[in-house]
Amino acid sequence: MTRNFWSVAFAVAWRVVHNVFTTPALFVPGLLFPLFFFTAFAGGLSRVSSIPGFDFPPGYTAFQFVFVLLQSAAFGGVFTGFGVARDFEYGFARRLMLAAPNRRGLIAGYAIAAIVRWSVTATILTVVALAAGMNIGGGGVDLFALYLLAVLVNITATLWATGVALRIRTMQAGPVMQMPVFLILFFAPVYVPLALLEGWLHAVASVNPTTAFLEAGRGLIAGEPTHVAVAFGAALALGAAFMLWAFRGLKSAERAL
Amino acid sequence: MSVLAAQVGQIAQRSVVRTLRQPASAIPPFIFPTALLAVTSAGLTSATRLPGFPSDSFLAFFLAFPFIQGALFATMNAGTDLARDIQTGFLNRLALTPMRGAALIIGHLAGVVTMGFLQACFYLVVGLVAGVTIASGPLGVVVILILATLIAFAFGALGAFFALQTGSGEAVQGLFPLLFVGLFLSSMNLPRELIETDWFRIVATLNPISYLIEAIRSLIIYGWNPQALVLGFGCALLIAALSITASVWAMRRRLTRT
Repeated sequence: MTRNFWSVAFAVAWRVVHNVFTTPALFVPGLLFPLFFFTAFAGGLSRVSSIPGFDFPPGYTAFQFVFVLLQSAAFGGVFTGFGVARDFEYGFARRLMLAAPNRRGLIAGYAIAAIVRWSVTATILTVVALAAGMNIGGGGVDLFALYLLAVLVNITATLWATGVALRIRTMQAGPVMQMPVFLILFFAPVYVPLALLEGWLHAVASVNPTTAFLEAGRGLIAGEPTHVAVAFGAALALGAAFMLWAFRGLKSAERAL
Repeated sequence: MSVLAAQVGQIAQRSVVRTLRQPASAIPPFIFPTALLAVTSAGLTSATRLPGFPSDSFLAFFLAFPFIQGALFATMNAGTDLARDIQTGFLNRLALTPMRGAALIIGHLAGVVTMGFLQACFYLVVGLVAGVTIASGPLGVVVILILATLIAFAFGALGAFFALQTGSGEAVQGLFPLLFVGLFLSSMNLPRELIETDWFRIVATLNPISYLIEAIRSLIIYGWNPQALVLGFGCALLIAALSITASVWAMRRRLTRT
């Protein structure tokens, strides 16, 4: 049973990774968008760090790097969900489901592929950020925790998008996968710390789990960990909830076979 | 001339109806720029405390952004629709009729212009409802609508050129990241004089999109600023002229090929 699960997972993961890295139209947007955001935010908005009350010792580049890293992780998962929807639209997923001895392995395979895909994006993004002069205050353990948190966000987003794709089973599901992730990412302290947000956005950001991810990530890169347990707890809870969501989506897809 | 007008009218009618009948392409230009307007203006409210920031409302400052992002959607929609006409053979069938190339391009852009105008009205209403006061008054509102529609036309023509050149909807879609870069590397988030990073400020100064944004922004937050308006209208007209010329050339080549 376990062997069936992993053989399906690795086969699906290999296929998705191969497709993504041999098709520039699939890989390039997922790589370019985080770089655009990083350039625009870290480069164009660096003066924002002069706002009274803005206190982040490593500087605005590191402040924005954490957001873009987590954003790339989340959108890496969403882009993988697009691939699941595409597989259904072209009929490949139907054949895959008939052939797989353990269908839960399909979801695991897409999640593994999402991590591999995002790892490349994260590596390039990190190199660009370091080349742009990003300061890092945290040590090795802090940085490991930061990237681990991003991996959890990546898996959570993959499970969300895969669950949508398994239910709707068409590329038209794209906005349904993308829009909630976009909103939950931006209804958070993206440009300034939570304390400097005002009005309705402050109220929304205060209860948004993305805020915990960002605050923990920024604390880790600064070497002053804060809210780390809350962030990991929220990421694991969301991951578990969306795993259930994806498995139920699989049941829905099985009924449609 | 009347023949040309009739041909433009027929293609324009088809373009407008087709655009309005496709919710998947008609709705995002309203939703996405408005969502970005909401989150960015709320997230950067504290930027108004920066010394030299030209407005005490970041929403008013940032309201110019959706007009330009909406125009980028116009590029995609115009290009994708025309590419679909090429891929489905509709353009080849039209080539067998007396329809002129110029009529096809101008008529095709009618849908884009209609959408551009509706989008501009929508963004203005959103801004006014959210409490923005247009410093240039009612006449300024009219000028904003004219400029926004012109910008949508200019970018739509650019999309049409890429569609005619490549004949592929996917290739046109691939243009979106490039245009998005152009938008992000502009003065959309901060006035150029407040951009701290030197290379970014230079790129933003060379980027025509900065002047399109600043022209609309000037009408919203300053009132009447002739320099900003001349630069904004000048850039929009230049992009429109170049794009239309390139589209007509690409249309001739494509019709010759078929």
